[in-house]
Amino acid sequence: MSDAPARLQEIRVEAEAAIAAAGSAADLEQLRIAYLGRKAELTTMLRGIKDLPAEQRGPVGKGGNEVKRALEAQLAERVGALEAAELDERLRSDAVDVTLPGDPPQRPGHLHLITETRREIEDVFLGLGFAVAEGTEVEYDYYNFTALNHPPDHPARMLQDTFYLADEVLLRTHTSPMQIRAMELQEPPIYVIVPGKVYRRDHDATHTPMFHQIEGLAIDADITLADLQGVLLEFVRAIFGAEREIRLRPHYFPFTEPSVEVDVSCFKCGGNGYVADGSHCNLCKGSGWIEILGSGMVDPNVLGFVAGNGYDPAKVQGFAFGMGIERIAMLRHGVPDLRLFFDNDVRFLEQFGS
Amino acid sequence: MRVPYAWLREYCDPGLSAADLAERLDLTGTELERIEAVGVPSADGFVVGRVLAAEQHPNADRLRVCTVDVGAGEPSTIVCGAPNVAAGQTVPVALPGATMPDGTTLGKAKLRGVESAGMILAEDELGLGDEHSGIVVLDDGPAAGTPLAELAAIADEALELEITPNRPDCLAVYGIAREVHAATGAALAPDPTEADAEPSGTDTATDHASVEIADPDICLRFTARVFEDVKVGPSPLWLRQRLIAAGQRPISNVVDITNYVMLLCGQPLHAFDLDAVRGSRIVVRRARDGETMTTLDDVERTFDASMALVCDAEGPSGIAGIMGGQVSEVSAATTRVLMEAATWVGPNVLKTSKALALRSEASTRFEKQLHPEQAIAAQRLAARLMVDLCGARLVPGTIDAYPDPLAPTVVTLGLDRLAGILGVRIDDVEVERILASLGFSSARDGDALAVTVPHWRDADVRREADLVEEIARMHGLDKLPTTLPARERAVGRLTHGQRLRRRLEDALRDRGMDEIVAWSFTAPATLAKLRLGDAPTLALANPLSEDHSVLRPLLLPGLLDAARHNAAHGAAGLALFESAHVYAPAGPLEAPAGSPAGATPAAERHHLAGLLTESAPATWRSPAGAADYFAAKGYAEALLAVAGLELAVEPLRDRPYLHPGRAAVALALAPGGAEPVEVGWIGELHPLVAGEWDLDGAAAFELDADRLAELTEGALATFDDVTGFPAVRQDIAVVTTADLPAARIAEVVRDAGGELLANVAVFDVYEGEQVGEGNRSLALALEFRAPDRTLTEDEVGERRVAIEGALAQIGGRLRG
Ligand SMILES: [Zn+2]
Repeated sequence: MSDAPARLQEIRVEAEAAIAAAGSAADLEQLRIAYLGRKAELTTMLRGIKDLPAEQRGPVGKGGNEVKRALEAQLAERVGALEAAELDERLRSDAVDVTLPGDPPQRPGHLHLITETRREIEDVFLGLGFAVAEGTEVEYDYYNFTALNHPPDHPARMLQDTFYLADEVLLRTHTSPMQIRAMELQEPPIYVIVPGKVYRRDHDATHTPMFHQIEGLAIDADITLADLQGVLLEFVRAIFGAEREIRLRPHYFPFTEPSVEVDVSCFKCGGNGYVADGSHCNLCKGSGWIEILGSGMVDPNVLGFVAGNGYDPAKVQGFAFGMGIERIAMLRHGVPDLRLFFDNDVRFLEQFGS
Repeated sequence: MRVPYAWLREYCDPGLSAADLAERLDLTGTELERIEAVGVPSADGFVVGRVLAAEQHPNADRLRVCTVDVGAGEPSTIVCGAPNVAAGQTVPVALPGATMPDGTTLGKAKLRGVESAGMILAEDELGLGDEHSGIVVLDDGPAAGTPLAELAAIADEALELEITPNRPDCLAVYGIAREVHAATGAALAPDPTEADAEPSGTDTATDHASVEIADPDICLRFTARVFEDVKVGPSPLWLRQRLIAAGQRPISNVVDITNYVMLLCGQPLHAFDLDAVRGSRIVVRRARDGETMTTLDDVERTFDASMALVCDAEGPSGIAGIMGGQVSEVSAATTRVLMEAATWVGPNVLKTSKALALRSEASTRFEKQLHPEQAIAAQRLAARLMVDLCGARLVPGTIDAYPDPLAPTVVTLGLDRLAGILGVRIDDVEVERILASLGFSSARDGDALAVTVPHWRDADVRREADLVEEIARMHGLDKLPTTLPARERAVGRLTHGQRLRRRLEDALRDRGMDEIVAWSFTAPATLAKLRLGDAPTLALANPLSEDHSVLRPLLLPGLLDAARHNAAHGAAGLALFESAHVYAPAGPLEAPAGSPAGATPAAERHHLAGLLTESAPATWRSPAGAADYFAAKGYAEALLAVAGLELAVEPLRDRPYLHPGRAAVALALAPGGAEPVEVGWIGELHPLVAGEWDLDGAAAFELDADRLAELTEGALATFDDVTGFPAVRQDIAVVTTADLPAARIAEVVRDAGGELLANVAVFDVYEGEQVGEGNRSLALALEFRAPDRTLTEDEVGERRVAIEGALAQIGGRLRG
């Protein structure tokens, strides 16, 4: 035992080689017993330190413990590596057919295209400073006609075929009654849009007895027809694209004066009236313009009905407009037939409103 | 209004194609519906011919061989099959090379061995209607060879214009000519109603007839003229051509004149056979209730006292402004004519026309209110035509009942106001020019113009705003600037209810539901299928069909219809929702006089309803989940959570369309512990109801979105310190009889747990041997927490003992 430090190095080299070469956790356990167990040479040497000469005790004790820690560390590392490898082996044998379909997460549903379009339009006007008001659909003749400058037995009433529930009670033919109701509730200035269902007694390929409109109303001290043009231009560009232009054409509505119809420049042909192959654009029928809404400066007679709430026609003025939501949606999304909106076929519904 | 272009050009010729003119008019407020070809495609090859001889065809009984001078040296030989052809006639001829109305080119043809160099024409061969019984015989006068186009517009176009109800003046060719003049600046020919006919004789009209307006509130003016020696017969070609091109059928010269004058100047006329006017006396009065008369269309009509009649000494002879009666209709034998041109009260005509379901060319004009000046103007034009075309003698004098002559309307137009409404200042000179071009005269008065309205615009232009429109449309809306309102205050934002509704709809969308939009109408039979036959509903007085005859009191039927439609098209696993109004009576449907002051006639609520036919889709490793009560309840719980509310339920055993054991009233608990509020229902459909819609089963819910908004309006979350001190979690199993509702057990536990018990949740249910027959074990997760300290075991143990004691009171015990 005269050269104990040298022997320690021999044990270390031999053990490290054996541990590195071990192929299983069981082999490693045997090596642990062999090199670090109670009967192992290293253990014996450390136990016999007290019998060594005084000058050897230090170096052997220190060196022996160092070898012991090194071997323990190496064993732990190898055990971990081998266990991980064995786990992987087990996992590999537990494989699935990864090509089978995945479990669907909650299938996303869809808002109706009318709702989606209505909200987009609402958002444009919310951004322009308009509030949203909604009214009832069963309405008094007074709000639907009389206060909108349609006197009884006036030819303007012939423009709309109306569903009645009783003499003076009807299904609103437009969202315009809410103009009056809103002005009864709020003094000027008022900036409001009114989305909602409206009803006309008509059912054919291009008319349904129920459809949706959005009405707009802005009354203030000095609102002009030019302001109407500006607001509608913003709307049209937000909905139909930044390059769009609008065109105002004179028209007649009983509750506006002057009244205008508004066209948007065709977004299929860019307003040229013809498409790339030189043929007539079928969307705008070659005119370059598509009619999208009616509007005008609120008729003084209409304001007269709410003059008591601050709407003196000599002091305030403003504009109103109204559009069909289905029409806007059809134009934007290429929906060819109004009736598709109300068939509620999921093959249609699921194309929009994600 | 159908306007033959050649006729229009006689009064104002803008030098534009019909299509270009239509585009121009579109920008001044007269919209084009379509342009249609009138007559033959080209007037080339159509000339006036004179029949020099007409001899029997050697080989055909029914053909004549005619020698016709067509103005080209040698007369032409033309074979003709018309029975009325005769030597000496002036006739229209199509020469070889002419294009016929059907598009074919006429060639020389041999007819039974005789070569025919052209064709003598019947009306249909000129593209005029379908008359083919004989050739057209023209008045003598035009030389042979004269192009036929000089006699009548045989190759023309007609503009079908959409005239808005405020512009009865545009239901007239000359009215459109005025618009063309103002829009294009092209010269306008003098008003055709200006010149009058020369009367003859020493008698006066009042010697022949009398007129009385008995009820002046229905008739503003009644004028009548008398014609004698009238020769009733066909109208000349040019007049027939114009009527046909304008969409009217020629009848006889007298009737055609009334129609022609109406089409040209907008004032309807009525011609009476004066010898058939009983008592030679006209009385304008209201009808008596139940009075009857047979109109020209051979229908007996019954009247009431709101309707205006034109009567003779013995009874009604016409419905004022709508249609004449048969009793004094002009016939071939008529020689004396009383010509009526009256001004009726527009709303009265409209009301009568609606009540009788009888509209005519006359009523569509009168209902928009004509001006009394137009009546006398139309008499002048009609008189000239009666003299010229019927050889009539105009009896001197006009019978004119005009109790309240109207003064011209003068409207003040403030030039600042004009600029203030348009947003741009138009040069004063330009303003006056535009007004003049439309027939308005104006006088400057400081910063304003005093504008006199021409009689033909009197019903439409009454106020400053109306003049603003006239100036804006003729100045050109394309010249308007584009600005945004300069607002002092306006904030755009959704209301709480609107924002919540979007959130609720989004929640359903994100949880896999597709939104539908169903009709607001339903059928009584549909409600009967829901076993709601007795439910109070709002019914339409004039529905389009029985299927759409009542307003739906709930959204469920629309969802069921959509589910059936989609299931029939092979869609499996439907999850549908709708967000819309439902309707119920709110008392008698009566309107207050005047403004209802914000009242609403019916009870309308915004509902949100969903229907599902499965709860989770089938995959390759699990079948589809059944659409049961709990699937629907999960949606309702989610919706209430979105609203910041908690769902509570109570069993619902008597809702006719729901499964009596698997349905519940949905209640909302607001934070803060107010009383639960009913907000809707949840349930499996009754199998008999599902079967009515061909569904194997479905679960649904319907919530009142307005109520959810009301419950949460203004709600604001305040901070609650739940992270400062740890919670103590304990699970307990409670055994009770199986019929004790879980909600009741949770309530008992919650009450006994007191303030420290922050949460109670059911996480398992067990029924079986271990708990005994008729019993059930509920596993509850309890969470104890205090905001100001960490709870000790003793504190929690104390609560547990209290819980155990409370459970014992309802026959429950803790297990294990
Ligand atoms: Zn286009």
